[in-house]
Amino acid sequence: MKIASSETLQEFMEDKLAVAGAVLLLAAVVLAACPAMVATQNPYDLAVLDLEDSYQPPSKDFLLGTDDQGRDVFSAVLYGLRISLVVGFVSTFFSSLIGLVAGLLAGYGGKWLDKIIMRFADIQLSLPVFLVALVIMAIWGQGLIKIIVAITICNWVYYARTVRGIVLSEKNMDYVQAAEAGGQHPLMIMFSEIAPNIMAPVIVIATVRIANAILLEATLSFLGVGVPITRPSLGSLISNGYEVLFSGYWWMSVFPGLVLMAVVLAINLMGDRLRDVLNPRLKR
Amino acid sequence: MITYLSSRVAHALVVLLAVSLCVFFVMYKAGDPVELLLPPDASQLQVEQMRKTLGLDQPFWIQYGLFLKKALQGNVGKSFIYGQSALTVVMERLPATLELASAAMFMAVFLGIPLGVAASINPKSYTSKGIMFFSLTGISVPTFWMGMVLVLVFAVTLGWLPSSGRADLGPFMSFFSFEGITYLVLPAVTLCLFQLALILRLTKSGMMEVLLQDYIKLARAKGVPQKSVVMFHALKNTLIPVITIIGIQFGELIAFTIVTETIFAWPGTGKLIIDSIQNLDRPVVVAYLMVVAVIFVLINLIVDILYTFIDPRVRVQ
Amino acid sequence: MNTVLEVRDLHTRFYTRKGVVHAVDGASFSVDEGQVLGIVGESGAGKSITGFSIIRLIDPPGRIVSGEIHLRDRDNDIVDVMALNRNELRNIRGHLAAMIFQDPQTSLNPVLSIRRQLYETLFYHHPGMTRNQLRQRSLEALKQVGMPAPAERLNAFPHQLSGGMKQRVVIAMALLNNPRLLIADEPTTALDATIQAQILLLMKRLCSDYGSSLILITHDIGVVAQICDHVAVMYGGRIVEYGAKKDVLFHPLHPYTRGLIQCLPKLDESSPRLTQIKGVMPSLLNLPKGCHFRTRCPQAGPDCAVYPKERTVKGRRVSCHRLG
Repeated sequence: MKIASSETLQEFMEDKLAVAGAVLLLAAVVLAACPAMVATQNPYDLAVLDLEDSYQPPSKDFLLGTDDQGRDVFSAVLYGLRISLVVGFVSTFFSSLIGLVAGLLAGYGGKWLDKIIMRFADIQLSLPVFLVALVIMAIWGQGLIKIIVAITICNWVYYARTVRGIVLSEKNMDYVQAAEAGGQHPLMIMFSEIAPNIMAPVIVIATVRIANAILLEATLSFLGVGVPITRPSLGSLISNGYEVLFSGYWWMSVFPGLVLMAVVLAINLMGDRLRDVLNPRLKR
Repeated sequence: MITYLSSRVAHALVVLLAVSLCVFFVMYKAGDPVELLLPPDASQLQVEQMRKTLGLDQPFWIQYGLFLKKALQGNVGKSFIYGQSALTVVMERLPATLELASAAMFMAVFLGIPLGVAASINPKSYTSKGIMFFSLTGISVPTFWMGMVLVLVFAVTLGWLPSSGRADLGPFMSFFSFEGITYLVLPAVTLCLFQLALILRLTKSGMMEVLLQDYIKLARAKGVPQKSVVMFHALKNTLIPVITIIGIQFGELIAFTIVTETIFAWPGTGKLIIDSIQNLDRPVVVAYLMVVAVIFVLINLIVDILYTFIDPRVRVQ
Repeated sequence: MNTVLEVRDLHTRFYTRKGVVHAVDGASFSVDEGQVLGIVGESGAGKSITGFSIIRLIDPPGRIVSGEIHLRDRDNDIVDVMALNRNELRNIRGHLAAMIFQDPQTSLNPVLSIRRQLYETLFYHHPGMTRNQLRQRSLEALKQVGMPAPAERLNAFPHQLSGGMKQRVVIAMALLNNPRLLIADEPTTALDATIQAQILLLMKRLCSDYGSSLILITHDIGVVAQICDHVAVMYGGRIVEYGAKKDVLFHPLHPYTRGLIQCLPKLDESSPRLTQIKGVMPSLLNLPKGCHFRTRCPQAGPDCAVYPKERTVKGRRVSCHRLG
């Protein structure tokens, strides 16, 4: 598999910016995995909070300031980062899985399956993605699992379409015909012969969609239809600070936004480089 | 040609039908329909009357049929908040949204494409790398946050531009007055950033692939000047798929005005739907969804048709 | 007879991530007026790059490192191709020297009409031509390449033409400005066998009609035998044997040329199996020191560790230690 080769890794590493992005992302994941190690307080623990501390600008004690409840913004951002990343990665994982299977089935499983799946996809893509997600969450209500499911539902289509296209063209290739002639079961052929050839494009799509998923969750949470306020993501934090933003309390909204932007930028840097390295059409 | 057209139109209708079915199912069956259609403080008598009018004892398909029939006549219910037909409420605010969306799309296209071409000519130069980094930030910045920051900097701190609202002018008139433009600038810039970056990247990657093609090399071997090679031979090939994507993105842009209008209190349909969701004004939500679905499907249809005109390979002689 | 093209000691290299590729490693040849030169060799021998180098159509990471390239134009003036600036270079391309690429499916711009692609070839070199003149000249060229219903074809788009017709368009395009030199890079490889001979003979006839010279780059010796006057055999970026067709093909001296000729299936002999040259040509990144053919040559010896100097033997230039 080309993705796993060291040559790919070497080429990837040539772009210093992409490597920087990878490092940043790694740092973010580590921080998000165990925020308690770095955070100065647990922002969910109401006992620790002191209203006297509220609305403090960034200082020695509170690196990024405090919010309306006296919560340390730095700690809140770390915990919020965790939520944002979890939603982004988990939804991308599942939507790529579903899209992969759907695309394989549509491409290899015969005309009827193809028609049904693609009709589904068509209709879903006929509405703006953002709107679909918004409506689902508006009706369903807030919730961490809910938003992961909603984003998963919105995104599987992108994988399915591309995978199906590739399967349709791979179907006629020699190695598939040989496997068919050898009497291999269609499911086996799908998953062991064809699947390895579509991993690269799926990874390429995933790199775009992860960033998209993270931003989508942030936007929905900002609008109040995302994760519940009890476990705020970076988007929720920005929303929280929005109310007092123009009264001069800028740190509550600006810092979560900067962190969000930095993480998405890191992902996009990596994704860009990965796409360039894996794209066969740019090699001569 | 005609067959292609009619198949696309048929497809569009099927999609609209499916969307209306989903909307109906979700909005009216996921909860007590009466509750959904009446304001929270309706009397018991009104509830009884509503049940009768809705024909809630009828099978699902009849109810859907009734809904569809009324919808086609422009009746999806009355807004609780505004007291008017929900559809009217939405349509009144649509021009403002379209004004904002088209301003943003205009900027995104007329800045994004040239920048993308510029970045593709000499990809290793500092200019290109700078442009590409800018495009990366463009797709990484959360739109709503960008809007907030812009307001903070340009409206609150510097005071150069208004922080919210729209100039009190007729529909689409913001373009034609200085005051109108000052209100339009910040929301349009906020909205256009992501699309600009997207179009830029698409153009650049498209150009880079095209520039490697044999026919480009042959054009140079024929003595065609480099400028023509890039701006005509290559660009035409690149723009054909890009234009279709621009069309689809316009639909997404219209949906995304929801966010921008919220931040800037822009009096369009986006702000309307957020308010309506919060106020449980369901008829307006339904009306909005139907209108957006129609717009989106229409855009897709136009793009499909346009494609047959601009791509000679698809054109049927 | 006038010499139309003179190439001396051409070196074209590609500076890639994996190393330096010596695509053309010191090639010298010339073409006279009205003559056809065949550059023949296996894939990867550097033939196409040689062709591109003549009009300096080499893109980074490639570079023409050194060498002399001289063309004689219709006014009998000598043009030093290496000394031309960008504008002058653009002037001679498609005008003094024109190219024909291998794959007609990808040579034509799919979104531009045939008319546009023909007209612009004329227009950029003769900006004063009227629309009518452009049309007349284009139709004339299409007729000459044997295109049926040329007026209709003008309005068409490339995808509406078959491979053979597309290649005819490309040839017509190359001839529009009456070039002194035509460089054809594997012009028939992508075509059906039945059309190959047609196109080759067409090209030869057109060249004599126009008074143009032709460089035919190909891996197919049979093609060379059909229409070429002179032959240059390339291996590993160098020309190993170079002379008149009758000498090189019918009395080959270099072991590689011999091998190539022997590989041709002969219908009149009854040999039990097809002969082949053992092994595979080494990649241009990793050429063996000394004679490049060493690793596959049946007559290789210890002295082949030094590259054999080129000598003139029996009327042709050849580089091999094994010759008298």
